[in-house]
Amino acid sequence: MADATYQPGQHPDLPPPPSTTGVVGWVRNNLLSSPLNIFLTVVSGLLVYFVATSVYEWGFANADFSGASRQDCTSGGACWALINVRFGQFIYGFYPEAQRWRVNLAFVGLVVALWPLLFDNVPARKQLLWYAGAYPIIAFVLLLGGFGLESVETAKFGGFLLTMVIGVTGIAVSLPLGIVLALGRRSDMLFIRTICIGFIEFIRGVPLITLLFVASTLLSFFLPPGTTFNLLLRVLIMVTLFSSAYLAEVVRGGLQAIPVGQREAAESLGLGYWRTMYLIILPQALKISIPGIVNSFIGLFKDTTLVAIIGLLDPLGIGRAALADTKWQGLSSEVYVFVAVLFFIFSFGMSRYSLYLEKKLEVGHAS
Amino acid sequence: MKKVIGVLAAAASVTVLSVGATAGTLDDIRAKGFLQCGVSTGVPGFGFTDDAGNWQGFDPAVCQAVAAAVFGDSSKVKYTPTTGKTRFEALKSGEIDMLARNTTWTFSRDVDLGLTFVGVNYYDGQGFIGRKSLGISSAKELDGASICIQTGTTTELNLADYFRINGISYEPVPIETNEEARTNYVADRCDVYTTDASGLAATRSTFEDPDAHVIFPEIISKEPLGPLVRQGDDQWADVVRWTLNVMINAEEYGVSSANVDELRGGSDNPEINRMLGSEGNLNEMIGLDKDWAYNIIKQVGNYGEVFERFLGVNTPIGLERGLNALYTDGGLLYAPPMR
Repeated sequence: MADATYQPGQHPDLPPPPSTTGVVGWVRNNLLSSPLNIFLTVVSGLLVYFVATSVYEWGFANADFSGASRQDCTSGGACWALINVRFGQFIYGFYPEAQRWRVNLAFVGLVVALWPLLFDNVPARKQLLWYAGAYPIIAFVLLLGGFGLESVETAKFGGFLLTMVIGVTGIAVSLPLGIVLALGRRSDMLFIRTICIGFIEFIRGVPLITLLFVASTLLSFFLPPGTTFNLLLRVLIMVTLFSSAYLAEVVRGGLQAIPVGQREAAESLGLGYWRTMYLIILPQALKISIPGIVNSFIGLFKDTTLVAIIGLLDPLGIGRAALADTKWQGLSSEVYVFVAVLFFIFSFGMSRYSLYLEKKLEVGHAS
Repeated sequence: MKKVIGVLAAAASVTVLSVGATAGTLDDIRAKGFLQCGVSTGVPGFGFTDDAGNWQGFDPAVCQAVAAAVFGDSSKVKYTPTTGKTRFEALKSGEIDMLARNTTWTFSRDVDLGLTFVGVNYYDGQGFIGRKSLGISSAKELDGASICIQTGTTTELNLADYFRINGISYEPVPIETNEEARTNYVADRCDVYTTDASGLAATRSTFEDPDAHVIFPEIISKEPLGPLVRQGDDQWADVVRWTLNVMINAEEYGVSSANVDELRGGSDNPEINRMLGSEGNLNEMIGLDKDWAYNIIKQVGNYGEVFERFLGVNTPIGLERGLNALYTDGGLLYAPPMR
């Protein structure tokens, strides 16, 4: 290649040296930039390799996926046959097999109802929002029966169905309740403020498990004997109250971050309290609170496993009852890994959605 | 104000009415059409869900037997899984009609908690399991050993007592559940594991090499397990008590689900005839159908059959009858006569 001659300052830009760009450049800069980094890279690479291969060998290569009992698992790795045989129990609990389509339909219905709530570029959003408003009733009828559907007791609820019922109800009801509590705590009216502070501080000062024990044992002493106040309903109420107290504090954090000028500006425009809150304050406050709110939701979703302690069979409880079957005894790792994966899918989905929401509502305040 | 008083009065009368209604648990159960039975949330052999989602095991079998006695149908049971922390409150509050959940009969539970134990369906006791390679054959040689122990249970207290009495020391490794204990023991984080002997046998059955482990002969506590009901309804307690006694007596007299049809018409043994209703009127005394005992034995089986089905040597748990053999075979099972 002949050297072209250029006037000083006219030479076109050369590409950066290949060793600093692309994959090679990234590896050199990030993984191999100093002897210490080279050492750390090698060590963590080996660690990842060994963990990944042993997980792969245990979970897939040497695993058994079908069989009627533990004795059929002969390959030495994980025995997924248990999950395979009892998958229905893990998902639906003791819900009658012939009626499980109703649970599936309710779940599909939930996804459809969430769609217009979570995203705004949805076709026919207005109609779908009406549907979302009616969804709780639809789900109630589908799951419990009525209108020609065979009735199913809540005692039959179990597994992931129970987690979803508690989690979704808790989340859906505790958010509005939490917002109201947060507004009440900042209210100028002494009575309302006192009640809200008292409620929030009481609930936050008591562990969830204590509230669940109250729901499962104490409440039935207060009621006249013979009246059965559904255990699941009691648990739902307690979980919702618990979660709403925490959410109230998260939302209050958001409210306090809004400069007082916003409120003064709204008032000078002649807006009343509710319209100020609805149009000016809450949209900003909730936006700041998104990470905290979603954090609470994920926590609530995972806390639903605590109901196993009062004898409701969530996926962990189903797993424990399954492990007591001598056919399957000793397969605890498989059960816990499976339940962990189930929970991870949902919790991770929620956290991704919160990131999406933060980006969508980004107006440039955050750095 | 008048309204408030009215509401209070109404509430009070409802309370009084419903207190009146609970006087006869048996009638209540007949009226609602099923037995609400408290079981465990999972104890190998004693209570578990099968692949179809039904509760099975040595304890649910007692519930099924009571349902067979009351309704003539062992499937008329609804189960309430209870944990060690909720079981007694569930029974006392009336949420369940009886509790069959390997519960140890102790003085304070019987007297102080307002419960009535109707009998013993399994004589258990706390034991130890250890590796054969330790070269130990007795729990008394465990000086300085590390011991996996479930916290917050009577086993913890028994263990402390036992080692103090024998003047030897140990290092506790606290764990929460049986599964956790199993994992820790297998991973060699403790030398021995202690819990009820039935649980040890069940746990050992899941080891890769069960023969490498030995259950020491010492049983350091008395754990009589049995079904229980609320105090104050003797008729109902009798029904549950005699359901259990029928199962035990049936084994003693050689009545099983296989030959009960044959014996029902009458036999040479008046004891069997009285039990199965071809002689006498025992059923009227207890207020059940004439076929109550027949239904128990036909649909659920006698004690020995139930034991062999869920716990016996042919199951993975592989328990010997031991103390739970009939008194005629050197065990402790001894039911009062049917007369």
